[in-house]
Amino acid sequence: MSLVTNLTLFVLAAFLGYEIITQIPTNLHTPLMSGANAISGITLLGSVLVAGSGETTLATVLGFLAVVMATINVVGGYLVSHFMLAEFNRGGR
Amino acid sequence: MADGVLGSLPPAAIELAYLAAAILFIQGLRDMTHPRTAERGNKLSSGGMVLAVLATVLYFEILSPLLLAAALLIGGSIGVWLAVSVETTEMPQLVGLFNGFGGGASAVVAGAELIDTVDPATTATLTADLTVSAAIAGIIGSATLFGSLVAAGKLHGLVGDPPISGTAGQVLQGLFLVGAVVAGAFLVVQTGPLGGEPLSAWLPSYWVLVAGASLFGIILVYPIGGADMPVVIALLNSMSGLAAATTGFVLNNTALIVAGTLVGAAGLILTFIMCESMNRPLLDVLFGSMGGDSG
Repeated sequence: MSLVTNLTLFVLAAFLGYEIITQIPTNLHTPLMSGANAISGITLLGSVLVAGSGETTLATVLGFLAVVMATINVVGGYLVSHFMLAEFNRGGR
Repeated sequence: MADGVLGSLPPAAIELAYLAAAILFIQGLRDMTHPRTAERGNKLSSGGMVLAVLATVLYFEILSPLLLAAALLIGGSIGVWLAVSVETTEMPQLVGLFNGFGGGASAVVAGAELIDTVDPATTATLTADLTVSAAIAGIIGSATLFGSLVAAGKLHGLVGDPPISGTAGQVLQGLFLVGAVVAGAFLVVQTGPLGGEPLSAWLPSYWVLVAGASLFGIILVYPIGGADMPVVIALLNSMSGLAAATTGFVLNNTALIVAGTLVGAAGLILTFIMCESMNRPLLDVLFGSMGGDSG
């Protein structure tokens, strides 16, 4: 994969992210932030790659630390968003 | 990267799995902007994450599966425990904390990849593509981690107001950020134009960069008032997405680039929308309280 292909993906995804968020009711701000935060835990993939294939001990230890942190982000992030939205739906009716 | 359990599959398999995950993330985010579909959106998005992680674990060679399983188990347990044990009113600071961990993970991954590349046992070399994107990921990721820790601490009432304020604080912010950028620039030039070897296998300039950016993150968020914190956490969320995207450049991983950039852009727009609903411009939120105005 070339740098230019990566840059292309970056620019297109940036426009897409911008277009997705248009009008949001105020009470959805926090759950949406929480949900987006969970997606940023995608860095877990990178952590898994580094922890799993680390050629050096130092990189493997760092990878282990990164997997722990990123998993907290992903698992906790989706769960908290779920709880917030469940609360929101109860209050909204 | 060597092939794993599904090593006989063509490389297109992992890219297609990442494409499917990206579709789930995009539709998930779209759903989350409307009250009726928001819960479904969160489920779609989490399905995308499970798919992406499973595909990665199955496709690439994992040299230390037990270690990886232990890390996933530890992180998962802490995540579940925090999410279920926290009161509804405390959720914003928890989101801030989670977000910080994501940013921190990106910075650590970029550093670990640099270390692996420098190691004499590997045949890879440090290219400018790699060092530049690792430096950016390191700066954004570490500033996100420590900024988020301060933000969460302030919302939770653990962190008070700073002993220094106004111009002194802004000068310090500038110093630490410049320090981090200089360390990053050194990382890039020492193996490029200068043609030298890295100082040592653990790459001190990268960790100087991480330290500078971490201090910058702390001093950036420290003076901001508690009422403005949700906006700051939204901004930090956007930054952690960008950190993941730049780590994607380091690792040449399309899933990281697409999902990270998506969050980076969506989070930034959300930050502006939240500022708007508070009737305050973003710069006022970030730096207004440092100018000494009490309003």
